[in-house]
Amino acid sequence: MSLTKEQIAQVIARELQDGYYVNLGIGIPTLVANYVPENMEIMLQSENGLLGMGEFPTEENIDADLINAGKQTVTVLDGGSFFSSAESFAMIRGGHVDLTVLGAFEIDQSGNIASYMIPGKLVKGMGGAMDLVAGADNIIVAMTHANKHGVSKILKECTLPLTGVNCVKKVVTDLAVMELIDGKFHLLERAPGVSVEEIQEKTQAELVISGEVSEIKI
Amino acid sequence: MSGLNKVVNSYDEALAGISNDMTLMVGGFGLCGIPEGLIQKVADTEVKGLTCISNNAGVDGFGLGKLLEKRQIKTMIGSYVGENKLFEQLFLSGEMEVILTPQGTLAEKIRAAGAGIPAFYTATGFGTEVAKGKETKEYNGKNYILEEAFPKADFALVKAWKADRYGNLIFKKTAANFNPMIATAGKITVVEVEEIVEPGELDPNYIHTPGIYVDRVIVGKFEKRIEQRTVKQ
Repeated sequence: MSLTKEQIAQVIARELQDGYYVNLGIGIPTLVANYVPENMEIMLQSENGLLGMGEFPTEENIDADLINAGKQTVTVLDGGSFFSSAESFAMIRGGHVDLTVLGAFEIDQSGNIASYMIPGKLVKGMGGAMDLVAGADNIIVAMTHANKHGVSKILKECTLPLTGVNCVKKVVTDLAVMELIDGKFHLLERAPGVSVEEIQEKTQAELVISGEVSEIKI
Repeated sequence: MSGLNKVVNSYDEALAGISNDMTLMVGGFGLCGIPEGLIQKVADTEVKGLTCISNNAGVDGFGLGKLLEKRQIKTMIGSYVGENKLFEQLFLSGEMEVILTPQGTLAEKIRAAGAGIPAFYTATGFGTEVAKGKETKEYNGKNYILEEAFPKADFALVKAWKADRYGNLIFKKTAANFNPMIATAGKITVVEVEEIVEPGELDPNYIHTPGIYVDRVIVGKFEKRIEQRTVKQ
């Protein structure tokens, strides 16, 4: 069975470390905040100008002046701070954010990522994603492995306009956890009940499979 | 408005001098921290051919979405189209020129404009369409592209929380976003605030934007529409 969005988030949450400053993109990445291990202190950075993002507010505490980068109403934790967009991207570009998690339309074995537009069809805009991928050393991509027709989104070479080059290190999909080393994806783990063959079939990029590939434990 | 007193009492005064084909910078992230009344005033005029520099273009029917509806914007420079259908449609059809700019680069191009820095190198966008036609340079093994500051905007439209009559400003929570930089980058900077207080009431230790950058201040009324109303389950 392929992983649900929540389970993808749960798998990514294993990468969190005590004391990390983390930026979570819109969509599946946002869900990672729900799986921060207990006894671990991390701070979430939201690029619209918030460090120390808390959970969603109660109905009484909703504040239109307090949102995250997904424009959702949120809260701020004690010890949090507010700042301008310029300051926010100084943190990001300056390499102060320890982990960035973001979504993608496509990634490829050169570490390139495409996530902001499909020419002629869909324009989302890159928002802060280009700055995030350029500034972070530690990037995890959360995405589905293939489109709804079963066509791979893990490619030899991206076909869509790029968000960043040579920046992807690790990807967690609904089918697998893979790491990119020297221009090749290495299959680290597979979703429960998903065969190595299926993953191979849905991966257009070069895939390295060594030994027994264990199932992801949820 | 006289001397160092920046307060104006009408939107006509606040936007006096605005005309066709001008460049406006407009603060806000989504609908958070947008100068609602100033945008409405622009929509109420027949001014057109505008270049707007703003992270987003509001939503359909609110914020800068109002100027899109009236086709007052010729060129939109921002980072995120998102779920704004009209924006996407005007972009894809080519009816409006859109220059998508990475959010951090957008913030820095505005900051640089206000700070007198003509250009800067950033790694953001290297190897992408954003880098096309731009000079590149390698520093310490990493590749950068040269991004130019924006020219100063004819009007910078800013939303702040509180001001005094000298134009000293403080912003509220994440409604600051692009507003502090935009305040520095206008030939004429107009600030719409929730409240004007007496000089001295704002602690000088905590002024976000010193009044030197500000030309006009007006008290506005804000609907503060919420885009994604999310609550704890």
